[in-house]
Amino acid sequence: MKHNVLSLSLAGLLLASTPLQAAEPGGSAPTVEELWKIIQQQQAEIEALKRQQQSTEQKVADVDEKAEAAVEAVEEGGTATASAGSWADRTTIGGYGEMHYNNIDSKEEIDFHRFVLYFGHEFTDRIRMVAEVELEHAVAGGDNDGEVELEQGYVEFDLNERHSAKAGVYLLPVGILNQTHEPPTFYGVERNPVEKNIIPTTWWAGGAEMVGEIAPGWSYNFGVHEGLEITSGNYAVRGGRQKSSEANADHLATTGRLRWTGIPGVEIAGSLQYQSDITQGNDSSADDAWLFETHTDIQRGPYGLRALYARWDLNGNGPEAVGADEQSGFYIEPSYKLTDTIGIFARYNQWDNQAGNGSDTRQRQYDVGVNYWPHPDVVLKADIQSQDNDGDQKNDNGFNLGVGFQF
Amino acid sequence: MIRSLPLVLLFACNMAVARGTYQEPADFIAETFDSAPPSPGIIWLRGDTRDTTTAILGHKYPSLRVRYWGDPQRSAWILEEIGKDQPITVGLVVSGGRLERIKVLVFRESRGWEVRHPFFTDQFRETGLTGDLDLDRDIDGISGATLSVRALKKLSRLALYLHTRIPEGDDTP
Repeated sequence: MKHNVLSLSLAGLLLASTPLQAAEPGGSAPTVEELWKIIQQQQAEIEALKRQQQSTEQKVADVDEKAEAAVEAVEEGGTATASAGSWADRTTIGGYGEMHYNNIDSKEEIDFHRFVLYFGHEFTDRIRMVAEVELEHAVAGGDNDGEVELEQGYVEFDLNERHSAKAGVYLLPVGILNQTHEPPTFYGVERNPVEKNIIPTTWWAGGAEMVGEIAPGWSYNFGVHEGLEITSGNYAVRGGRQKSSEANADHLATTGRLRWTGIPGVEIAGSLQYQSDITQGNDSSADDAWLFETHTDIQRGPYGLRALYARWDLNGNGPEAVGADEQSGFYIEPSYKLTDTIGIFARYNQWDNQAGNGSDTRQRQYDVGVNYWPHPDVVLKADIQSQDNDGDQKNDNGFNLGVGFQF
Repeated sequence: MIRSLPLVLLFACNMAVARGTYQEPADFIAETFDSAPPSPGIIWLRGDTRDTTTAILGHKYPSLRVRYWGDPQRSAWILEEIGKDQPITVGLVVSGGRLERIKVLVFRESRGWEVRHPFFTDQFRETGLTGDLDLDRDIDGISGATLSVRALKKLSRLALYLHTRIPEGDDTP
């Protein structure tokens, strides 16, 4: 169409110019040969213009193609996966941290409780590494209270669409907080005392584990890993964590979990662990041990409810003598989100690390508090705790403030 | 030796199928338009569109443009957002300003895979946008899959917003 317009325009000029020349005063009309020469010259000009136009159009097309290629290159760079991305694309850094102010009977202190750096790297689409390094209580080494710990460090292999296997140091699949404990994800400045003293959270171990899905909404974990090595005289399970630091592996432990998340906002799970010797053979009066844990975690609209029960059974005369043959506890925690950024909660906790004796060793704690999320990954917390412990155990009452983040 | 047997069994499994691709994006588009998909149109992320997209996601979209299929009445989108480590590829269909369908097409994360199931994604049906570009109904999450849930919410808001950017009378150039 553009060519036709150009041709018509040139022909019009030709026709218009001929009478002008003929009409010039004193001029003579061009001969047929002269006209033919003029037409040939103008035809040559038309051909030259056509070639020029085609060249211009080709250049425009080339520019379009290059622009498209540039856009596609940028887009590919933004959506790189393990099989296509650079080393940086396949490496992830994250983390979380929290600082607490505790004003309770046992202490009045400010503590940067933990700072955790997360590293992930995809070797291929099916093989990846995950590691978490934690600094507890801000300063480690010497006489300081802090510790530097490797909380996770494993390689995971996808076996197929539904199952994967991991080997290394990983968080055991027990309880609500043990695997998901970034500060913005839970209520309360401090982690609840039941999961801390009974499960005991945070609990990681070296070993291997299968993780997968057996039906929509149903998932499982099954692993073999280092067990506890309880050495203290009261057989409290929390003191038995070996933290994969030259851990005694004479008696491995086996942990399994079944988890259901078939309704949005609802999780129900149960875990079972068995260990053939809770002291790794160091105490002939102690024998094998079982841990049973079950919980639900519900968040439907603004309403939330967490409830958990955990119980250890330690066999042997030694644990039985001090009542540590049964160590159990539970908590229930209703919550309500007033807005998208403010939530309130209450929690009743009860636990006993010597539940097998006739003495008054049970502990109870009531918590009420508020979380404020100025950003989904940042949280400010405040709560009040009040204890009502049995026997001559001191109560630890007061309030706590905290700030936490994840990235 | 017997105690070590479970460890050996764990590693004896054969690695066979790559995980995570539940439906090819092209198949999702074809299915959405009864095997006769229109040519894709393009929304360039410039000016206000880019700024709003960044506000919805909390970061820049990793592309200069977004393709769509359809028209201002009904459109289909293939979008990606990272949950924790890896991009989740999601197909979304917007009809009359509300989500008609959302489906996880490729899931590459090692946690939170529950978001791909209909029992979760069905919640998004008939969801629209508020004036503040939030979803106009609550979406219940999945414990342990917080970041994947968050990614799907963001992509839902993004598809609903980009749908409003399709030029009137532009029947997929």
